[in-house]
Amino acid sequence: MIPFKTIRERALQLQPARYWIATGIFATSILVIVPLLNAVPGPSSPFHFPDYLLPLLGKFLCYAILALALDLVWGFTGILSLGHGLFFALGGYAMGMYLMRSIKGEGVYRSELPDFMVFLDWKKLPWYWHGFGNFNFALAMAVLVPGLVAFAFGYFAFRSRVRGVYLSIVTQALTYAAMLLFFQNATGFGGNNGLTDFKRILGYSLHDPSTKLTLYVISGMALLFVYLLCRYVVASKLGRVLTAIRDAELKVRFCGYQAAHYKLFVWTLSAMLCGLAGALYVPQVGIINPSEMQPSNSIEMAIWVAVGGRGTLVGPVAGAWLINGTKSWLTTAFPSAWLYVLGTLFVVITLFIPDGLVGISTAIRNRLSARIRA
Amino acid sequence: MRVQVLARVFGLAVVIAASFVVMARSARAGDAGALEQALRGLGSNDADTVEASMAKLAELSDPAAIPALEALADDRLRVGAGGAIYFEDRVKQKLVDAFTGVALAQEPPDLKPVEMNNALRRAVFPILAQLKLHSPDADVRLAAAEELSKRESTSAGPLLRAARDKEKNRKVKEALALALARVDLHSEDRSRRLEALVTLRTLGDSDAKSDLAKLTSNNDDGTYAEGDDEVRKAAVAALGAIESRERFIGFFGNVVHGISLASVLLFAALGLAITFGLMGVINMAHGEMLMLGAYATYTVQVFFEKHLPGHLSLYLIAAVPLAFAVTMSVGIVLERLVIRHLYGRQLETLLATWGISLALIQTVRFIYGAQNVAVANPSWLAGGAEVAHGWVLPYSRIAVVGFVIVVSLGVWALFWRTSLGVKVRAVTQNRNMAACLGIPTARVDMWIFGLGSGIAGLGGVALSQLGNVGPELGQAYIIDSFMVVVLGGVGRLAGTVSAALGLGIINKLIEPFAGAVLGKIAILLLIILFIQRRPEGLFAAKGRVEA
Repeated sequence: MIPFKTIRERALQLQPARYWIATGIFATSILVIVPLLNAVPGPSSPFHFPDYLLPLLGKFLCYAILALALDLVWGFTGILSLGHGLFFALGGYAMGMYLMRSIKGEGVYRSELPDFMVFLDWKKLPWYWHGFGNFNFALAMAVLVPGLVAFAFGYFAFRSRVRGVYLSIVTQALTYAAMLLFFQNATGFGGNNGLTDFKRILGYSLHDPSTKLTLYVISGMALLFVYLLCRYVVASKLGRVLTAIRDAELKVRFCGYQAAHYKLFVWTLSAMLCGLAGALYVPQVGIINPSEMQPSNSIEMAIWVAVGGRGTLVGPVAGAWLINGTKSWLTTAFPSAWLYVLGTLFVVITLFIPDGLVGISTAIRNRLSARIRA
Repeated sequence: MRVQVLARVFGLAVVIAASFVVMARSARAGDAGALEQALRGLGSNDADTVEASMAKLAELSDPAAIPALEALADDRLRVGAGGAIYFEDRVKQKLVDAFTGVALAQEPPDLKPVEMNNALRRAVFPILAQLKLHSPDADVRLAAAEELSKRESTSAGPLLRAARDKEKNRKVKEALALALARVDLHSEDRSRRLEALVTLRTLGDSDAKSDLAKLTSNNDDGTYAEGDDEVRKAAVAALGAIESRERFIGFFGNVVHGISLASVLLFAALGLAITFGLMGVINMAHGEMLMLGAYATYTVQVFFEKHLPGHLSLYLIAAVPLAFAVTMSVGIVLERLVIRHLYGRQLETLLATWGISLALIQTVRFIYGAQNVAVANPSWLAGGAEVAHGWVLPYSRIAVVGFVIVVSLGVWALFWRTSLGVKVRAVTQNRNMAACLGIPTARVDMWIFGLGSGIAGLGGVALSQLGNVGPELGQAYIIDSFMVVVLGGVGRLAGTVSAALGLGIINKLIEPFAGAVLGKIAILLLIILFIQRRPEGLFAAKGRVEA
């Protein structure tokens, strides 16, 4: 039995007490209040949380996981990836493949194969589709495949000390090439259209409000888990080394640390988290297609992190929500304005607010406390 | 003395020339009566008269009869009240007098269509072909030869043979020989067939391939379509020769395509590589400079169409300095307003310039619309040079390659032959030291950034000549041009040039057998592997490299 004091100490090592309070409030509102508001009051009640907003909110939770994953590599280790959309999409495709396989025989063509394969006149399942009928296997693949791709790429990139903008550009080219590959019908992932027309997950209908609610709650729990995991990583000794690599990689190397190994670890971990986010995203959105791998998507992720504040974990989550919320609203209200807003954000944030929202709030608090002291 | 002789000779020459003109005139006048009569005969109700008139026209061999005969074949010939012959001109949408060739302001009364039957129609084609083959215009002869080669009726044989023997123009002669060969393949005479196969061996195209394939195939009963062994062997050889020639042309076509792609990449990558070497800045909005340059070209074209339609073909020349000026100013403004404040923060610059590129794309969409716009080649860049039989090099691609060579030489001269170049190299090597020596580094940065953007703008002009222009134009090239920079190393002109050339050509050579996508992926993997061995690019600077 670990004494309470030790648990408390360890918890405070992860993050300060007020962060714990904030985390608690967020977790309660996302995991308890919203579901309650959705389930308990009748649809006519003003307190009712409408069903159609649940997948949207669930989507944002997945984006927040992505932002955390990117903050881990960019905010803490200084590796700006412009290819995280690839890992996200790979996770999404793994889940999409399970969802496709789970409805075999119920497609438009009543075939054992997914509809697009029938359409292409394929006679049997490609080898890499085998096993995806099993949910656990698919879920494992959703995390392992991005991890493996990231590991292979990172192994070569970090070993030869590809750094900075070079690395960013190469990651961008990687996701671009993958997008082109997935666009092709012959690749076997549905080409342009990707995978869609899902019906149910583990036997539960995806159109059922209760399934939507469950998926949403699972995404919320995943976000909480990933957040704490990231906290754990960055608070550990390994996390310190990562930050040191970000600030002075040469010195770290000269101190005898294998900087490439540390980078490879955090890079692979980050990719796996992206895969998890993708796997949660697809059943809620109902489609996965190659446009998720567009270079522009991956760069947008960077701006979520930058807006919130790099290297803060909390900031990127807030940034992801803020920007995606604005995007959802603007693209319907003023479609042509969105790109201007996004473009301006990129410029303004990098020029004037390099520390993001968290930086602003820290500055305000510091000033306030200085005034109180004075 | 000498002057007098010269004057006398000149005077004599004038007299002789004048008398020739007069003689030619009178000869024509005599013919003209016969021509008019023959033309009028076409409008007759009597089929025999029509046939006789057609024979007469063939005999006169005057190209002026071509439009009327063509109209007759297409049922566009009309006969007026006094027996005058008119035809409907398809282009002008008006009635034209068949004899004078003058378009009528209004239709004459009592117009009747000329009756036509299949026998006449059959008769008119060879006459038309013959007239065309004797036309003084080489293009008309060429078109006639190509048309005859498609029809492959044996009756055209003698006609083609006579025309071929008379023909002086090499291109038309080849076309005639080809047409004749395709006709002769079906000849009863074995030596004719062999002769035809020899011609096809050197001149044959893909159309001839199907004829040859028929010749070498088996009949339904298993016997050969061609009974003669020697002819069949020659046919197989000819088929092989055509195919290998096609492969060869295809290969070189890809190489040329690759070189022109490389030229565009080079336009984009030159500026990127210079600015990255100089300031450590990766400009994600660089691709949009290509796009802006292309839109500047389009704007100039529209301006010329509206205000100077007489000089439309010159628009491209006006577009070059304008595109350069526009993109250079955009680049300088960018540098002053944004990039200057982000020196030393490479990743931030990358994001900020990406934001700028989004804004630029949206602005262009706002002004010009989201649809692609078409920039036409000026008349002097339309068409192409025929390097070998069947292998045409479009002038636009040649011009793009020439243009990039000129620009690269200009950049090279700027770097190695001007004081700005010395300063740029100094700042690239050691910014602090250069500043200590009194070099205005900020100003150098500004001009070089502007120059890099301007070069990309020139690339946009080039790009507009190769394809459509759209708001996302730059995005398609930016990743490839980054790859060029990664491969070529920064701030190294030779590296950039060879990397662009290599990437462009490899891209187009892999494409035919691996597909465009796998080609891209293969190249990406190659680059990643390449970086393993030489992280600093192809032509890394010797000595200490900043960590």
